Amino acid sequence: MSVIANRYEFVLLFDVTNGNPNGDPDAGNLPRLDPETNQGLVTDVCLKRKIRNYVALEQEGNAGYAIYMQEKSVLNNQHKKAYEALGIEPEAKKLPKDQAKARELTAWMCANFFDVRTFGAVMTTEVNSGQVRGPVQMAFATSIDPVVPMEVSITRMAVTNEKDLEKERTMGRKHIIPYGLYRVHGYISAKLGERTGFTEDDLELLWRALINMFEHDRSASRGEMSARKLIVFKHENPMGNAPAHTLFDRVQVKRVEGETDTPARYYSNYAVTVDRDELPSGITIDVRL
Amino acid sequence: MTFGVRLHIWGERACFTRPEMKVERVSYDVITPSAARGILEAIHWKPAIRWCVDRIHVLKPIRFESIRRNEVGHKLPASTVSKAMKAGRVDDVAYYVDQGRQQRAATVLRDVGYVIEAHFEFTSRADDSDTPGKHLDIFNRRARQGQCFHMPCLGTREFPASFALIESDEAMPSVDEQLAGERDLGFMLHDIDFANGKTPRFFRAGMRDGVIEVPPFAEALA
Repeated sequence: MSVIANRYEFVLLFDVTNGNPNGDPDAGNLPRLDPETNQGLVTDVCLKRKIRNYVALEQEGNAGYAIYMQEKSVLNNQHKKAYEALGIEPEAKKLPKDQAKARELTAWMCANFFDVRTFGAVMTTEVNSGQVRGPVQMAFATSIDPVVPMEVSITRMAVTNEKDLEKERTMGRKHIIPYGLYRVHGYISAKLGERTGFTEDDLELLWRALINMFEHDRSASRGEMSARKLIVFKHENPMGNAPAHTLFDRVQVKRVEGETDTPARYYSNYAVTVDRDELPSGITIDVRL
Repeated sequence: MTFGVRLHIWGERACFTRPEMKVERVSYDVITPSAARGILEAIHWKPAIRWCVDRIHVLKPIRFESIRRNEVGHKLPASTVSKAMKAGRVDDVAYYVDQGRQQRAATVLRDVGYVIEAHFEFTSRADDSDTPGKHLDIFNRRARQGQCFHMPCLGTREFPASFALIESDEAMPSVDEQLAGERDLGFMLHDIDFANGKTPRFFRAGMRDGVIEVPPFAEALA
């Protein structure tokens, strides 16, 4: 499969209902907030984690789709299938130059691990080329409107220690956002994709992962999360045909008319428009979801 | 003939990590010449040229924000990979993020905007086909059209940098009035000297009305 030949940018809109999309370790696991605007935040690494987990599930055991940065839960999905070597002969014994050897190791990692090929990784330390910059770059996701986290107290009818049996029950806390629509921007560089071997297939897999990643990440804390809209800008030229920020400006998310003063609780409270007028030449818009 | 370019860059957040506070990252007050060079190189670079940052214009007030994230603590050793290559299987090449987890805070800049003034010089790898006009044209054309080799970033990759070329006859964007007057920013990283074993070099950064004059790299302190 051929490596990608186009530059892309994408806008992903996802929402959360009665859940905590990304806890802040600095604030006792409260949902992350931008302190200046009270908009909710979800870090890039949080979303990359979900993409990795989705790919690990979908491509379980398939050669070339291993995930390097694993979560313990994925550990159980032992890659038992016989692994087919991709025809790279290790040449460690032939005493190649350090640099050449490191390149080979890096190439092998790119060929075998989806996340290394996509997001890059800092690996082997001794030679500089052990560092991979992946083609896919994501920024922080920000909620469209300020979000108001709620603290929900919950009780548990069992106790952990026997000595606590006399006490009636333990109380716990959950932090939820009643509703938040988040927007994240992503960038895919064709030139970096060339270097890590990020193929058209990988790209399709990435789109699938972005659309479906929340479907496989259900948990008590997340509430209901779902991808709502994925808008892809494809540049004809591998270097790009238009500045990224002008393309992102074409995607407008607003409250539906007459509702601006009320708190949003559903996706239907928002209207998403994609401005297709006077598109710069060489740009195509593909709404994937 | 001048080979100078002016590039306006801006973004929501930025982290130009101070080398002395890199575990729990703390950003410099402003972009470093090294980071500015990286942004120019993301748009156009060839081994034949070297970008030199002459001046940095700071357009917006300097504000910080703290973000704590779960990060990983160590790197993959080369020996693990070569072992796996020999065995022809990937089973043992994995990093379990919840075992090697480190929580790290980053103190990052908010809502930044800069103008980078820079020129390029030729390196020893330039040949006859490398005329100043050619590289200048490529850079200007790409910057004008928003083209880039990879998306430039403000220090770290999660903070992408939007950019626009300032044409030679175009006025500079306005500088926030809070930045009026003189300010000593202390010693800042100028760049890394890759020719001499990656030695960092520093310079004393002073900002006057938002403008930082960057000394030539050769004059920076090792």
